[in-house]
Amino acid sequence: MSIATPTAPVTPFKPQDFHSGGIVRWCPGCGDYAILNAVQGVLAARGKAPHEYCFVSGIGCSSRFPLYMGTYGFHTIHGRGLAVATGVKSANPDLEVWAVTGDGDCLSIGGNHLLHALRRNIDVKVLLFNNQIYGLTKGQFSPTSAYGMVNKSAPYGTIDQPINPLKIALAAGATFVARTSDNDMPHMKMVLERAANHKGTAFVEILQNCVIFNDKVFEEYYGPKTRKDSLLYLHPGEPMLYGATTERKVIFGKGRLLTAEATDKEAPVVHDETDETLSYLLTGLHYPDAPVPVGVFRAVSHPTYDQLMTGQIDLALKSNGAPDLEKLVRGPKTWKVD
Amino acid sequence: MSTVTDDGILGNTERKEVQEVDSVTILFAGDSGDGMQITGSQFTDASVVFGNDISTFPDFPAEIRAPVGTVEGVSAYQLHFSNHDIRTPGDKLDVLVAMNVAALKKYIVELKAGGTVIVDTAGFGPADLKKVGYATNPLEDGSLSGYRLVPIDITTQAIAAVKPAGLSGKNAERCKNFYTLGILYWLYDRPVEPTFEEIKKRFAKKDPAIAEANILAIRAGYNFANTIELFTTSYRVRKATFAPGLYRNISGNAAVALGVAAAASKSGRRVFFGSYPITPASDILHELSKLKHFNVLTFQAEDEIAAIASAIGASYTGALGVTCSSGPGIALKSEAMNLAVMVELPLLVLNIQRAGPSTGMPTKTEQADLLQVLWGRNGDSPIPVLASSTPGDCFETAYEAARIAVKYMTPVVFLSDGYLGNGAEPWIVPDLSKLKPFESGFGLDKETYKPYLRNPQTGARPWALPGTPDLMHRLTGIEKEAVTGKISYEADNHQRMTNERHAKIANVVAEIPETKPSGDASGDLLVISWGGTHGSVLTAIEEARKVKQGLGHVHLRYLNPLPKDLLDVMKRYKKILVPELNNGQLAYHLQGRYGVSVDSYAKTTGRMFSVAELTTKFLSYLA
Repeated sequence: MSIATPTAPVTPFKPQDFHSGGIVRWCPGCGDYAILNAVQGVLAARGKAPHEYCFVSGIGCSSRFPLYMGTYGFHTIHGRGLAVATGVKSANPDLEVWAVTGDGDCLSIGGNHLLHALRRNIDVKVLLFNNQIYGLTKGQFSPTSAYGMVNKSAPYGTIDQPINPLKIALAAGATFVARTSDNDMPHMKMVLERAANHKGTAFVEILQNCVIFNDKVFEEYYGPKTRKDSLLYLHPGEPMLYGATTERKVIFGKGRLLTAEATDKEAPVVHDETDETLSYLLTGLHYPDAPVPVGVFRAVSHPTYDQLMTGQIDLALKSNGAPDLEKLVRGPKTWKVD
Repeated sequence: MSTVTDDGILGNTERKEVQEVDSVTILFAGDSGDGMQITGSQFTDASVVFGNDISTFPDFPAEIRAPVGTVEGVSAYQLHFSNHDIRTPGDKLDVLVAMNVAALKKYIVELKAGGTVIVDTAGFGPADLKKVGYATNPLEDGSLSGYRLVPIDITTQAIAAVKPAGLSGKNAERCKNFYTLGILYWLYDRPVEPTFEEIKKRFAKKDPAIAEANILAIRAGYNFANTIELFTTSYRVRKATFAPGLYRNISGNAAVALGVAAAASKSGRRVFFGSYPITPASDILHELSKLKHFNVLTFQAEDEIAAIASAIGASYTGALGVTCSSGPGIALKSEAMNLAVMVELPLLVLNIQRAGPSTGMPTKTEQADLLQVLWGRNGDSPIPVLASSTPGDCFETAYEAARIAVKYMTPVVFLSDGYLGNGAEPWIVPDLSKLKPFESGFGLDKETYKPYLRNPQTGARPWALPGTPDLMHRLTGIEKEAVTGKISYEADNHQRMTNERHAKIANVVAEIPETKPSGDASGDLLVISWGGTHGSVLTAIEEARKVKQGLGHVHLRYLNPLPKDLLDVMKRYKKILVPELNNGQLAYHLQGRYGVSVDSYAKTTGRMFSVAELTTKFLSYLA
């Protein structure tokens, strides 16, 4: 009996085939570079050609992303990337459409479009670069900035409560919700590959460090030294254990998730990506009270918007027959004058 | 003994004196729930089938059901039908049908002296009078003595008439509009058969009792009018002489939808129609959403911005992106319109104007978005603007706007308004083989492809579609380097690109036919109009020229760019007058463009010009 050994997929593409050749203009040390590398690596490994992809974005540091991709790309206007992407995917479902956005672009000015892209299940991969700050406008607080954060537009500290993007995504009916970080390349690639293969809106929050205006905002829990103790790596069908020697676990409490020593008599929660309630409970885990979950929170299968639209076109063709423009223009009632 | 036809109506042997008239304007008015729109449109269909020329205008409140019996809740349908060519729904009314006192109060001022007013007396009780602030009953206090008053207890009679169908209460009362229709059918000698057929088609399966009741109501109204002494005469409006051809009745919004479908078919492209519902444009979304088999995708977006943004995204992939709204929605779309200007993608922006500013008067007409669509965006942002002139013309103008969008790789604004959108007229079914073809396909050779290389003739850039090997490029709203399309903040380049964008739109002038004024080719006054005022202005021009000469008229379809010979035409007249339903916007535009003095006749009442007021105005310029 032979045992199949997993091999890397053979593909004719290299990551550099997915680079536009344009000069990348993010600040030195910006987390966006790592995300660009990860995406280019994942796409090269998937085997589809660059011309089959279309990257769409709004405005902001993250939204420059499509300009650096050797694919088709559309850098649009502030907040509207997902609305544009909706039109791209609906008009040509053969395209692989990715949308790149930031916490201001996606959750503030473009918040409405996020809700509706998710509820429609538009087949677009949404990469939310969350750095909890406005970078391109130079340091104002964003919808994900921590309460009380002192910054350029909140010298006395922001009095806005931050939004949890994953909670919003789940509430809007997202079929794929994940979180990863810009400083963990293997994990980022794993999540991006899962997103790429998801049929429907794949919403990925990437914790992304802004070296200039919000440096090290995630460092306490996602730094290489601390992450094993303070991140919860989600794996489908596996118990939720964390800590350097998996000495801790996540258990069910009264209507929420609690943490406990591995030796506790309660069984650890087993991750189920199809369990909506569990996904939602996971979004409620925050540092330092609990580990921060990363990985795929939710992944379920549901018809996409373009599939449903194509179904309606087929139905219309079936019930009306081939289109007859002359008949349409004549309308239901005509009369002749000689 | 009277003869009874198969339809159960009293035969013509019973007809009293019949008087010939050239044209009649009727207004049906009642409460929002009284079915006035359906009554009016049935009368219209009957007149169309009979062979009259018609022009209609529904006038309804923005509220779906304003409080019953109030002036605010009155819904009306105006119909002008004639034995000759007409272009407006009529100035003053020959007949006012008032289903309650509020309808009477609102529209009695529109009735000609000596005109007929038919009222449902059931709507004139003490409480009804009080609701509209009448101290005395106008049916009794002599205030209507200048008119021919025909008071009928329509409600009671209609309820009695539909009893055999088994209807009672509210359902029976609802038949009063068809009873009224029966009265009018007799009075104007309309055929009842088309309406009976329509009713059967609509209700026979779903609710046979309703179908029967409505037919009973029409029949009873007809026979009642024939019998009673209130009407000494009935009227006959003979068939109009139409140019030979195949005709249909069409509203402006329906014509826009057909124009868009024709654009999909003729361009061989998918239409992506992104829209958010808004009065008075929503009917276009309704119409197009039925046409999926014509390669028209409709997307009801979450807001106006998503509606246009999705259409731009669709255009990027090679579809014809179309978005549709009215003034407030166009304001929201303006940033995205500018994106389309900057990335130079085809986009059709339909603006069915309404009275503004802000929410304004959603169901009332106005043409006050001209300067908004010409200039209401940041930066130097040239966009072609076309306006339709009649309900039927909405078809060709929308098609032409789409064709220009594709040929010149630009957003194009199509202007219509509530008056055209909801108004209807007989329309010669167009010969589709005569529609101009779509042109595209420039610069797609992969060896020489550059995203912003320009077609030397039009100035358009190539339309390379995502999914095509070897033509990968990135679009952005940031200024781009000429030819290569790379981001550029360079000073001279921005000047060059500003010029190129401007020159491209200026090139659209090649699409505009020669300007041929109607009326006199030179003289004292040139009237320049645009949009939905066409019918009123043209009729007034004809009226004025019966009295005096030296009057010419140009009705503009192309508002940007303007026709290249327009200034030369203007110079042939002593004075220029621009009548328009705004505060003088085209007049301002022409003066700015040509540096000549232009008189403005501007009006913002939410209503169309009357032919009479325009005629008087024009005559005041003529020696």
